[in-house]
Amino acid sequence: MLSQRRSLSFYLLAAFFGLFVLFLYGPMLVIFILSLQGPDGALTFPVRSFGFHWIIALFGQQRVGDFVGSFQRSFLLGVVVMLVSVVVGLMAGMAFRQRFVGSRVIFYLTISSLIVPSILVSLGIGIAFSLLGWSTNWYTSGLAAHLTWTLPFAFLIMVGVFNRFDRSYEEAARDLGASEISTFGEIVLPLIGPSLIGVALFGFTLSYDEFIRTSLVSGGRNTLPLEIFGMTTNVTTPALYALGTVTTVFSFLVITIAFVAYQIVSQRQK
Amino acid sequence: MIKSWKAIAPYVLIAPQTLIFLLFLIFPIATIVVVSFWEFTGYSMTPAFTFDNYIGIFTSQVTLGTYLSTFRFVGLVWLFTLLIGFPVSYFLAFCIEDVRLQIILFLVCTVPFWTSNIIRMISWIPFLGREGILNNLLINIGVTDTPIDIFLFSDFAVVLAMVHLYTLFMIVPIFNSLMRIERSLIAAAEDAGASGLQVLKEVIVPLAFPGIAIGSIFVVTLTMGEFVTIRLMSGGQSASIGYLIRNQIGSLQYPLAAANAVILLMVTLVLIFAIMRLVDIRKEL
Repeated sequence: MLSQRRSLSFYLLAAFFGLFVLFLYGPMLVIFILSLQGPDGALTFPVRSFGFHWIIALFGQQRVGDFVGSFQRSFLLGVVVMLVSVVVGLMAGMAFRQRFVGSRVIFYLTISSLIVPSILVSLGIGIAFSLLGWSTNWYTSGLAAHLTWTLPFAFLIMVGVFNRFDRSYEEAARDLGASEISTFGEIVLPLIGPSLIGVALFGFTLSYDEFIRTSLVSGGRNTLPLEIFGMTTNVTTPALYALGTVTTVFSFLVITIAFVAYQIVSQRQK
Repeated sequence: MIKSWKAIAPYVLIAPQTLIFLLFLIFPIATIVVVSFWEFTGYSMTPAFTFDNYIGIFTSQVTLGTYLSTFRFVGLVWLFTLLIGFPVSYFLAFCIEDVRLQIILFLVCTVPFWTSNIIRMISWIPFLGREGILNNLLINIGVTDTPIDIFLFSDFAVVLAMVHLYTLFMIVPIFNSLMRIERSLIAAAEDAGASGLQVLKEVIVPLAFPGIAIGSIFVVTLTMGEFVTIRLMSGGQSASIGYLIRNQIGSLQYPLAAANAVILLMVTLVLIFAIMRLVDIRKEL
């Protein structure tokens, strides 16, 4: 009786979970199909012919928006944000291994960057730049806005990692006479390597997809999400979906690279 | 030498991050607060100390309505993300015994976090549109004769898209809390004769509470300043404070936008402090 009731609740929950996954990925799958249409394609079903017309059109002469340029900007910005997040996040994580005056304040300062509504960050940086007489640019004010979003994630991951970190390896190295620098380089860094890849993944993808914090401070040239947002109001062809498919495939590529790198680095530890 | 380095090391290490937040978070927000008291002269802002911007907000029916509309979205999205997020996390944490499968399913739920929100919103268009899948389905099974317009470009579409975007912010912290629950506690409760529902109510939900609180903070703050989803999914028909701020920036009304931003921040902070009183976040890492 008991096990029967349990299995019923199991199946109900499993069905609910299945529906949730469908809800999560279904719409994405639909635009993936709709982006692979021929020149006679429309924004909705039915599909009259299949082809790569709209995908290829993205890379050709641009009438609807600057896909290639905005992609390059977003990619470059993502890489810079990733590198800064990894280095600064690692340093902050190291700092938090010991107690120091003001650590509580800095902890909450970092968390607050995560939970302040994004529009405030964008508005604030925008107004501050305009009062200082600086012009906003994706690589200055945009970079600043992105760091306020990625650094808290980097910080929280690193603090979490160091909370679980086994200090005995480090102490053993020190007992054997290793210097601070070689202990860090040969013991600590390899042990936390996989987590740094996680931080890098967060840094790159969160920057690459960021919208609201960038929205008021990107200056004259758009990042990719801003460019796509602009296109939603005036593009009525499957080019919009093609853009969605291409950027999502790119995102999945980045995620896959990160996971493979994670596996390789974790393997090397053993 | 070594000793003195040890003493200052944490301060050196934390300096870059602190500097970034002081420059790009604290300073900008302080600027917003200052500018919210400035005057707007029709085409530019001038330094002043006036409460006109705030008075204007609190005496405008339209603006107050916009606040209510924002709170309604926050409430609805919070409710649905919780109602969906909890069972999904529960299933992942307690019903899947194989650890590999658990990790894979968890990743399935979280991977969209690393993809573009804008694209995920756009992906609802072919589903909800006038000639979309949902309307075709309803016509085919005879529920309606004519396509229903309100699926896309409505409050319904806004809430749907936000739930779609933000449920994983609920799932991750709740899953984290559920995984920390000692399985022996549940076994003990069952041995003591508790029914499945009692175990859920008396043991699991209270212990999952920190996760629910953290997830709620995420969802509330993400929804509070939203304007992209609202602009895109309502076709510009629904109102929110984030959208209002953006429009005021568009017409260069910086002081007014700043005043709205300050109020938005205050409301968000009050909500967060209320939630934080119930849970110590630092213990959850």
